[in-house]
Amino acid sequence: MRDFEYLPTKTVKEACALISQYKEEGKILAGGQSLITLLRQKLISPSYLIDIKGVTELDYLTFDEKKGLRMGALTTHRAIEKSPLIQSKYPVLSEMEKSVASVQTRNWGTIGGNLCSGDPIGDPAPSLIALNGKIKIVSSREEKIVPLAEFFTDYFTTILEPDEILTEIQLTPPVPHAGVVYMKFSTIEAGIKIVSTSTCIILESDKMTCRDARIVMSAVAPVPLIAKKAGELLIGKKINDDLIAEAAQLASGETNPTSDVHGSAEFRREIAKVLVRRAVKEAFEKAKRT
Amino acid sequence: MDIAKKILKVNVNGRPYELLIKPKTTLLQFLRNDLGLTGAKQACMDNSCGACTVIVDKMAVKACSVLALQVNGREVMTVEGLASRDGKLHPLQQAFLDYHAFQCGFCTPGKLMSSKAMLDENPHPNEEEIRRDMEGNLCRCTGYTQYIEAIKAVAQKKEVAK
Ligand SMILES: Cc1cc2nc3c(=O)[nH]c(=O)nc-3n(C[C@H](O)[C@H](O)[C@H](O)COP(=O)(O)OP(=O)(O)OC[C@H]3O[C@@H](n4cnc5c(N)ncnc54)[C@H](O)[C@@H]3O)c2cc1C
Ligand code: FES
Ligand code: FES
Repeated sequence: MRDFEYLPTKTVKEACALISQYKEEGKILAGGQSLITLLRQKLISPSYLIDIKGVTELDYLTFDEKKGLRMGALTTHRAIEKSPLIQSKYPVLSEMEKSVASVQTRNWGTIGGNLCSGDPIGDPAPSLIALNGKIKIVSSREEKIVPLAEFFTDYFTTILEPDEILTEIQLTPPVPHAGVVYMKFSTIEAGIKIVSTSTCIILESDKMTCRDARIVMSAVAPVPLIAKKAGELLIGKKINDDLIAEAAQLASGETNPTSDVHGSAEFRREIAKVLVRRAVKEAFEKAKRT
Repeated sequence: MDIAKKILKVNVNGRPYELLIKPKTTLLQFLRNDLGLTGAKQACMDNSCGACTVIVDKMAVKACSVLALQVNGREVMTVEGLASRDGKLHPLQQAFLDYHAFQCGFCTPGKLMSSKAMLDENPHPNEEEIRRDMEGNLCRCTGYTQYIEAIKAVAQKKEVAK
């Protein structure tokens, strides 16, 4: 690891001022669960590390019946997993978090750090996109809110400018007749996923017709993949097994996976099809019950 | 660039320390090289194996992947702090012995700290919970049966291990 200056911060304002001063020469440090490895492997060597782990104003989970959920970027994976609020309002997030890395990494790693890593194998992004999540980005220049679906641009790359900090994740309140499901395929329980999906199905009040469908997958494209064609196929139609199978086939065709030690591209495409079929079916059943 | 050292104030196994360290020092390097606490092991150095697990403010973390300066003002516990001062083993340590839960022992300090953190949070986990919470700790020689039995034995006791 190369040497760097270490700059601990206590407030968002302080962190923004420092990162706008150093820009590319600086790097934000949250839990370091991804960053420390990159530093150790000398894949990046910033001169200034701006530590935001002590910015307690970014560690919160709040819920309002009208506004929905507000989650600070420094909320740890473990806090999301264990939160009674999350378990009752957005149970899929708690379920998904159980599969993120190991307890040790979940204890120290943050949701903001996970998203900003831009790793397409990441589990939280597909779930938060399926829930129509938005994020708040802050810099000394401005403050903006963007859909999380527009955040990722390529492998390990996001729209974040070097002087910007992700501060908050926002979700709308849960709607009736909605089912959201996280499903994964991996060789070890909390290991790297070969494919995972988070799928949200919202039904009309007849509890048969699909009002909205968001099928999002990890590890099958350079960014979290939204299977748009598969979603569009479902919308406006009465859901049945044949339609679900057709949507799964479409979703699989929308993927653009690579081959690596965990699985070949062909294998990933096949798994994507099976997972999406199961996830849509389960989300549909869940939506009927709510 | 000449990097200034920074002051780290931390409590380790109940003792306060105040040291000047280089910012790039990891918690594992600090414990092993600066404090001479070599219980936490250095293995993969890649945030994967869990041999370096210690407890920071009641949470199990991988010391190889946390900067020492990030624990400033916090409480750290390593395997050296597990037995009582008079040398009596912690129930988990005793159970690991009784159940032959290690061969080379390289993964053991990490496993002890992970299971200690787990039991402090949830004193009576079932086997599934034990397996799930211990996933971050790999073992290359003994395997995974004996230590799960050891933890189960402690978890099933009515008295909560402290
Ligand atoms: C062994 C292992 C297994 C893993 N398995 C999984 C898994 O199964 N699923 C999964 O989803 N993830 C997995 N991960 C990734 C893990 O979830 C992330 O490493 C972690 O969440 C990153 O959070 P952090 O707070 O530690 O970020 P850091 O490592 O501190 O930062 C990561 C990056 O984001 C930037 N950054 C951090 N916070 C902000 C912010 N608020 N604003 C702007 N930029 C910021 C940093 O500059 C850095 O570039 C795994 C990691 C490890 C080491
Ligand atoms: S040495 Fe820290 S996880 Fe392996
Ligand atoms: S006892 Fe040897 S690695 Fe686990």
